Amino acid sequence: MNYQVMIDSLPDLLGGALLTLELVALAAVVGFAVALPVALARLTRRPLLWMPAYGFVFFFRGTPLLVQIFLIYYGFSQFPEIRASALWPILREPYWCALIAFSLNTSAYTAEIMRGAIQAVPRGQIEAAMATGMSRLTRLRRVVLPQAMRIGLPAYSNEVILLVKASSLASTVTLMDLTGTARTIASTNYMPVELLTTAALIYLAINFTLTRVFKGIEYLVSGENRAAVNDPLMQAGLNDPDALHKIAEK
Amino acid sequence: MTTKTFSIALAALGLSTLAAQADPLRIATEGAYPPFNFVDASGELQGFDVDIANALCDVMEIECEITAQAWDGIIPGLNAGRYDAIVASMSITPEREEAVNFTQPYYQAGAVLVAPEGSDIMPEPDSMAGQLIGVQRASTYANLIEERFPEADVRLYDTVENHNLDLISGRLDGVIAQRIFMSNWLDSDDGEGFEMKGDAMLDPDILGLGAGVAVRKDDTELLDRLNDALDTIMDNGTYAEINDRYFDVSLMPQR
Repeated sequence: MNYQVMIDSLPDLLGGALLTLELVALAAVVGFAVALPVALARLTRRPLLWMPAYGFVFFFRGTPLLVQIFLIYYGFSQFPEIRASALWPILREPYWCALIAFSLNTSAYTAEIMRGAIQAVPRGQIEAAMATGMSRLTRLRRVVLPQAMRIGLPAYSNEVILLVKASSLASTVTLMDLTGTARTIASTNYMPVELLTTAALIYLAINFTLTRVFKGIEYLVSGENRAAVNDPLMQAGLNDPDALHKIAEK
Repeated sequence: MTTKTFSIALAALGLSTLAAQADPLRIATEGAYPPFNFVDASGELQGFDVDIANALCDVMEIECEITAQAWDGIIPGLNAGRYDAIVASMSITPEREEAVNFTQPYYQAGAVLVAPEGSDIMPEPDSMAGQLIGVQRASTYANLIEERFPEADVRLYDTVENHNLDLISGRLDGVIAQRIFMSNWLDSDDGEGFEMKGDAMLDPDILGLGAGVAVRKDDTELLDRLNDALDTIMDNGTYAEINDRYFDVSLMPQR
């Protein structure tokens, strides 16, 4: 291991990491925005809504991300009609092609996480909401989605971490992201182990930070659970299942 | 294929000593650089490099196993012992010679700028400034652009096929790649509407002496045998015959 090479390459690699972070952040935001309507459409009984949503998720979960990037970047550009269309200024740029591929891919996975989380909201909560006369939309906004968010958060943090790693495929469409920069430097000094190790450490640092951030969010949104734990009554109940009965009997 | 038939013939005659007993020589090529090395419709590796490799194995009377490897990891793979030699149109350069040993060159090509017909781009620093130029990552052509056209806006691709796709789609103003490869591409349907700009660039300082067979530093015995085998095929007409299968001009290096 040549540590000097690793240190010398840091500025360039961190520059690449900025592009990686930018792509991941934008893809996560766009992906989340696309995923919500897809997840809700998946949950309706109307074929016109759930079938396209199902097809979308089926395609983007069922094919490799590399294939999706290549189809968007090299595939679309094969058609003169597309090159002549208004979309071309966007589709000609590798940056936008990668962002589109990442966003659609992550939105398919996120939609499934959301669907699972929404379905996991206890039935009694919805019945209670209905009993208080909430409309369908109010129910969704005030009861279902907030609880689903809490249920889906751990799975979603996993998806964002997967997205960070998947973003390395941007280097296959000429983008100089973290992986692209590492590969380019390695191709001139023939020290792939040093460069890829340094890149791996930067990815680890990014993902470590992300897990901390998500841990923090999980803590923030689990207010009632924490309260329950701190409640002396519950505390007693958690430590000794019979304690609650004893307290109740008193 | 020829090697295989040859070995089988030897074995059948009961004459085989080296060929049947020795471990096969493992040779790596890229498989994405037609007409030098590519995978044909039936999945077989074909091309000038592959034919040269097989001819060398015939002369050395050894069985060869040729596999396709990704270009940007091909030298590390050799030094890691995953194969014994690289026959992949690899230009001999001082940087690469620090990592591996090369045989004498087995062909010389040079680089060329290809751009759309009617474009007034020329392979000169002023004309290339600010132009989007595609080139293969980890190739000597990438070094050439960096040295000679520092003002060009370079995009790095994993394969030459990919930068040619982007030349067709209009994402690039031009590509710089190997002359013979691009000449063949211009002859194909895909190359319609494109042409070479200016003269071929030879720059031996950057592009090297030509393409050689790469072997590990400690493998001097194999290096000597490959050099002898190269002499043999260049002298006995085998080289010329392979050359004519692919090219109008002779690529045989000056010796």
